Amino acid sequence: MGAEFVALSLPPILIGVLVAVACALPGNFLLLRRQALIGDAISHVVLPGIVVAFLVTGLIATGPMLLGAAAAAVIAVIAIEAVRRLGRIEAGAAMGVIFTAMFAGGVLLLEQSDTSSVHLDVEHALYGNLESLIWLDATGWASLLDPAALAGLPVELPRMVLALVVIALFLWLFWRPLALSTFDEGFSRGLGIRTAPLGLALVIMSAIAAVAAFDAVGSIIVIAMFICPPAAARMMTNRLGHQVAWSVLFAALAAVLGYVLAGYGPLWIGANASVSAAGMIATVSGIILGVAAVAGPHRTRNS
Amino acid sequence: MNISLVTSQDTDLATRAASPLAVRGMTVSYGQTPAIFSVDMTVRAGAMTAIVGPNGAGKSTLLKAALGVIAPLAGSVTVFGEPMADMRDRIAYVPQRASVDWDFPVRVIDVVMMGMYRKLGLLGRIRGQHKALAQECLDRVGMADFAHRQIGQLSGGQQQRVFLARALAQEADIYVLDEPFAGVDAATEKAIIAVLQGLRDAGKTVLAVHHDLATVPDYFDDVLLLNTQVVAAGPVAEAFIEDNLQAAYGGRLTTARADPESVAG
Repeated sequence: MGAEFVALSLPPILIGVLVAVACALPGNFLLLRRQALIGDAISHVVLPGIVVAFLVTGLIATGPMLLGAAAAAVIAVIAIEAVRRLGRIEAGAAMGVIFTAMFAGGVLLLEQSDTSSVHLDVEHALYGNLESLIWLDATGWASLLDPAALAGLPVELPRMVLALVVIALFLWLFWRPLALSTFDEGFSRGLGIRTAPLGLALVIMSAIAAVAAFDAVGSIIVIAMFICPPAAARMMTNRLGHQVAWSVLFAALAAVLGYVLAGYGPLWIGANASVSAAGMIATVSGIILGVAAVAGPHRTRNS
Repeated sequence: MNISLVTSQDTDLATRAASPLAVRGMTVSYGQTPAIFSVDMTVRAGAMTAIVGPNGAGKSTLLKAALGVIAPLAGSVTVFGEPMADMRDRIAYVPQRASVDWDFPVRVIDVVMMGMYRKLGLLGRIRGQHKALAQECLDRVGMADFAHRQIGQLSGGQQQRVFLARALAQEADIYVLDEPFAGVDAATEKAIIAVLQGLRDAGKTVLAVHHDLATVPDYFDDVLLLNTQVVAAGPVAEAFIEDNLQAAYGGRLTTARADPESVAG
């Protein structure tokens, strides 16, 4: 519990917590707007975008990947809208069709292209490589104050910090109109709130969280964190601010607990290999939701 | 010819300048058929006006289009002669109760505070005066004791009163209500009409979609009969007459009178 922890466990735990919180924050509003599936959709369509970006540029770099992911997200939104209108299918079904089709297309592209030399494959897309995000320059806790060592931090860490800051700032600034338009869209429009751009901005924030998180942790955590912590938090309180606070707590708890359980849990029960941290974090978030559903103080609804 | 045209335009400008809410040529369509077609409405200042018409007549649509909640195909709206966009602080709106997610994690007092959004802005601090105003508005609708309840725990009538309290917190000059009496108990209906008449007596203007023909003469001063187009409009004594009702409702008039809820919507 010293140099080894700081170098091997601290960065993945921090990144896990950042990802979880960055996804859970907009997830609260998506859930209350009955748009939880959007988080699911975005995290899936990101894959073909990243693969195409790699095929075009030939390198795994943040810039092209984010651009590719963003382009894929835009195409998905247009395609979902087209299916919904032309096929006269309800929004949830249209989303389900488009994001599974695009994800499957991404998998096929990935298999056909020569990505063996780089770290990009289907497993990676699903559950990332959280355990490999280690900090080799760290020699102990003192390294946290050493600029030279800090420069060697995994690039995913500052990227997630930036994404989280952007998302948190957005929610802080637009808290009132977001809450208002989520609760009562007609009234908000009567007040002159432009609800359509606001709703789009929320989806963009969710996309930022999903795209930034995708490379570090894969799509399983992203999907779980958009939905599980906010859904569990809703059953703990009847106030929006408290719900968001609970969701942050649950997200962080799932990330830390999931990482530790994945690393040491199998050893405790006598097995000798650790399991996927991403899978375990998502599982823990599901268990938290289950516990809240059974024991949360505000789990009953009136309608 | 030219002279008379100019004169009629000038007259209308003056009419619109005096009206708290004037709608001209409002046309809204959902898909192929128009929901409302070329509707003119001039609400009289300091009066209570009911919008009345059969199911599907476009009553709610007219309100929503007038407030910019939905986008019309054509039409213009003025508030005391000025464009709606500049006059939003003067208008309070009570949407249909069914349009809202009552499971939303929010307390009664928080809902009333939403009425102060334009005063508070994005980040304005909520001060004692704002809380006091919210509490006073709840008191006016007889809901002072429910401030800290979650909204989903209230009955339909109580929810409607909270919506009215939120509109009162807007401290507007014009109160626009969409079916304020739909699905509420008799006590709530009395409480709401008392508040609205109090507003009218204080010089405010009230405009409401209403579905109970029997209570129109008791509750309202003016009426606008709507069936996609305007059938008649004016003081209740002049416009709310058998011929006009027959024209607006057709064969459904008997049903509408027997069972007011059947024409709600």
